[in-house]
Amino acid sequence: MGVAESEQPAVTTWLALIGATLIAASGLLALCVRRGPQLADRAAAASLAAGAVTALAGSVLALWNGGDSLLFEAGFPGGDLRLGLDALSALFLLPVAVLTAACGTYALAYFPAAAHPREAARLRVSFGLSSGGMILVLLARHSLVFLAGWEIMAIAAFFAVTADDRDAEVRDAGFLYLVSTRASTLCLVALFALHRVATGSFDLVPIGAGAVPPAIQSALFVLALTGFGLKAGLVPLHYWLPPAHAAAPTHVSALLSGVLIKVGIYGIVRVVSLVPDTPPWWGESLLVIGVVSAVLGVAFALAQHDVKRLLAYHSVENIGIIAIGLGAALIARAAGHWQTAALALAGSLLHVANHALFKGLLFLGAGAVVQRTGTRSLDALGGIANAMPVTALLFLVGAVSIVGLPPLNGFVSEFLVYSGLLRVAIAADGGPWLLAALAAPALALVGGLALACFAKVVGSVFLGAPRHASRVEGGDAPGPMLAPMAGLAATCAAIGIAPFALAPALAAACAVALGRPEAPLAAPFGAISLVALATLALCALLALALRARLRRAPLAAGLTWDCGYAAPSARMQYSASSFAEPLVRAFSFALLPRTRAPRLAAVFPGSGAFHSEVVDAVLDRLLVPAARAFADAAGRLRALQRGSVHAYLLYVWLALFALLAVTGMSR
Amino acid sequence: MTASDVVLAIAIPLLFPPLMLGVVTRTKARLAGRRGPPLLQPYYDLLRLLRKGVVRSRTTSWVFLAGPVVGLVTACLAAAIVPLGANGALLSFPGDLIAFAYLLGLGRFFTIAAALDTGSAFEGMGASREAAFSCLAEPAAFFALLVLVKLSGAYSLGSMLGPDLPDLWARGAPSLGLASVSLFVVLLAENSRMPFDDPTTHLELTMIHEVMVLDHSGPPFALILYGSAIKLFAYGLLLARVATPFHVEGAALGAGVALCELLGIAVLIGVVESVMARLRLLRVPSLLVGASLLGAFGVLLLVG
Repeated sequence: MGVAESEQPAVTTWLALIGATLIAASGLLALCVRRGPQLADRAAAASLAAGAVTALAGSVLALWNGGDSLLFEAGFPGGDLRLGLDALSALFLLPVAVLTAACGTYALAYFPAAAHPREAARLRVSFGLSSGGMILVLLARHSLVFLAGWEIMAIAAFFAVTADDRDAEVRDAGFLYLVSTRASTLCLVALFALHRVATGSFDLVPIGAGAVPPAIQSALFVLALTGFGLKAGLVPLHYWLPPAHAAAPTHVSALLSGVLIKVGIYGIVRVVSLVPDTPPWWGESLLVIGVVSAVLGVAFALAQHDVKRLLAYHSVENIGIIAIGLGAALIARAAGHWQTAALALAGSLLHVANHALFKGLLFLGAGAVVQRTGTRSLDALGGIANAMPVTALLFLVGAVSIVGLPPLNGFVSEFLVYSGLLRVAIAADGGPWLLAALAAPALALVGGLALACFAKVVGSVFLGAPRHASRVEGGDAPGPMLAPMAGLAATCAAIGIAPFALAPALAAACAVALGRPEAPLAAPFGAISLVALATLALCALLALALRARLRRAPLAAGLTWDCGYAAPSARMQYSASSFAEPLVRAFSFALLPRTRAPRLAAVFPGSGAFHSEVVDAVLDRLLVPAARAFADAAGRLRALQRGSVHAYLLYVWLALFALLAVTGMSR
Repeated sequence: MTASDVVLAIAIPLLFPPLMLGVVTRTKARLAGRRGPPLLQPYYDLLRLLRKGVVRSRTTSWVFLAGPVVGLVTACLAAAIVPLGANGALLSFPGDLIAFAYLLGLGRFFTIAAALDTGSAFEGMGASREAAFSCLAEPAAFFALLVLVKLSGAYSLGSMLGPDLPDLWARGAPSLGLASVSLFVVLLAENSRMPFDDPTTHLELTMIHEVMVLDHSGPPFALILYGSAIKLFAYGLLLARVATPFHVEGAALGAGVALCELLGIAVLIGVVESVMARLRLLRVPSLLVGASLLGAFGVLLLVG
């Protein structure tokens, strides 16, 4: 039985643990329900929601009082098992709980067992286990518990991603995910083994200053960056993300993109908190990797035609922004600028939560559109706002948030990251100054590209005239799908308008991560809130005034002006691909777009088709050819495997002779 | 700030901007040997449009009208962030330069969405170009602002462009010079002036900003024109302050000097538009990347 480590009972840890159990058991609970598929769905959703609320309560309490920890005297070879919830874990737990509940509710209408009798039970079990595993990772204060939670999370997510495994594309994406997550675990096992060597304990305790040689410290960082970076999707380890997100059922994509990849970020932050005296190059390399991830992520997103792949690449971009904040914080910490470090880290951590909210919202919105129209292709959709007005509005809120525009939450976290970078730029000299001075404009570039990308998505899916696949079957999304989206959108707006409400929680989490006493953040939350409120209020006022004026004005409805052409059709609309074309061309050095255009030979050319695609730079241009070359080389060895006993006798004899020769010579 | 300062800081950004457009037009007319329309013509145009009726395309939704509204509001708020002479700004806080850029970004997002809402090929083209070019303009603006941030050791526009400005010029004149040139290019690009966009062209295929608002008419169109005038004012104010290495004490005098500088910038824009042709659209990114590089050199010069 668990024992609290202080006088008080460990309420917050217990709450989180009970929540995790309820969430993990949700699918199993549904299996016991034998009275109709609908009831089973509801049982799973209710269990997920109850677990999420319990975990949320624990998390809020931990942010309030600093959290506590539990000791299970297990008589285990690795020592007693320790679990705990501090402000840092609690901050990551918030989005996990919120998104688990939201996606669980969404699944009621999106993936009902009645419509998917074969897959639903398996998906429910794996979804719950994956989410529960994430909470276990966040609670772990013992490296073996951490690894156990990590494996539950990662393997269950594999089964959730491959729910629809009759599709070859899904199986391929699942295999790729499985391979990457194994590689990631391999790095983590090595990481924790090194930590054990350095501290002599499986407990996740800080490594004392100067306790390990710099080489071991560097190895720790590289292993953490590779292992956790693979999960988080930092470039060039992002290659599994787009296929997996496109293949998974949409609420699983939302969970994957919203929180599962953030567990990778949590790992990096936790390791950083265990090493109090990090050298500056840790921060500098994270900053560079973050900039590369952010710019390439959004550039690849712009070139996508599939809405779910596009959103997946945006996760790479946002992970990049988070890494930029983290890198700036580490640079500042190494230089002893604690306030700046806390500011940049707060931006990074807030962006973790924000990205979970708006990316969850966007995926759920995209899922509603995909379910109603049956296509994920941006170029086939258009004008859906008329048939699905609420979904369109909520998706627009998500889009404005993810681009980082006021008055919503994305602006707040990007503002904090910028502030951290600018303060590093002011305080630093030489290399770090140049890095910070390059990262800030790079972040501005990323903001501009994200704006273009989401203008493209909103414009081509929801606005304009309907294109060929825009027939919406059955009107707007049903209540169980709209309600979670509305909740997420409202949270985005609330954080954007009242960011000061989260400031104490952020400060507490930063204090844990930086290993410093808690200090208030040097950020103008009041002014951000004022800008948000002023924007909303002035827009509302002006809109009302305009409406009153238009009531009185003679109003005529007409065709869209097409330079006097009287019969414009939806085919003449600017498509999503053409919208993105100037930027795709500007980034062609990295995207390497492939196009196939018809040759125009005669005076009256026949009909032709234009085709363009951008494949992933790492997966399709590097890993697949490399794997293929390796398989070819390995195939040559097959010549040795002849199946004849004589040949094998010959090999045995040759081996024996070689061994004798070697031992003879070494004498 | 006293009450009269606040009134001044609200009234000037609301009333002055269309005059800048009038001065640009007058300059271009004079350089072409014509008399040109009256200086106050932009005001008359706004009043005329406000009285007119509206034609709306049948494909549009509420987003179509949100474009002009958000565009105007964000331009006003952005203008409230830039300090007006010695007065300081209405809104000033550490990091307000980020809010400046992102507020204008919000306006751009809704303008683009409104353009795509019409389902027109031409407006789609304009929207696509606007999105692409402003992406490349933003880093240039940030490089220029970084020069100021590093020199002044502050990151609010009020402190960066405060009484210390002459001292900053004394310490980093080459960097600030490069930053000013870079900001001027950004101003031309973000406000759809030559050589990026020809505000007077009549060929839809070559337009950027004008083509995005082709379907707007009457009062919403007035909001768009007014919003873009205020945006030009905000960028002009920023550039004028960065580029002029002196500080005038006194609220009214400082504001007066700032307005004179703005008229100077309007004349400069008119001259540029008279002596240059619009760039080929394919060449535009090169110019913007060039502006970013200028800013980056400014940053490099400060490595110490």
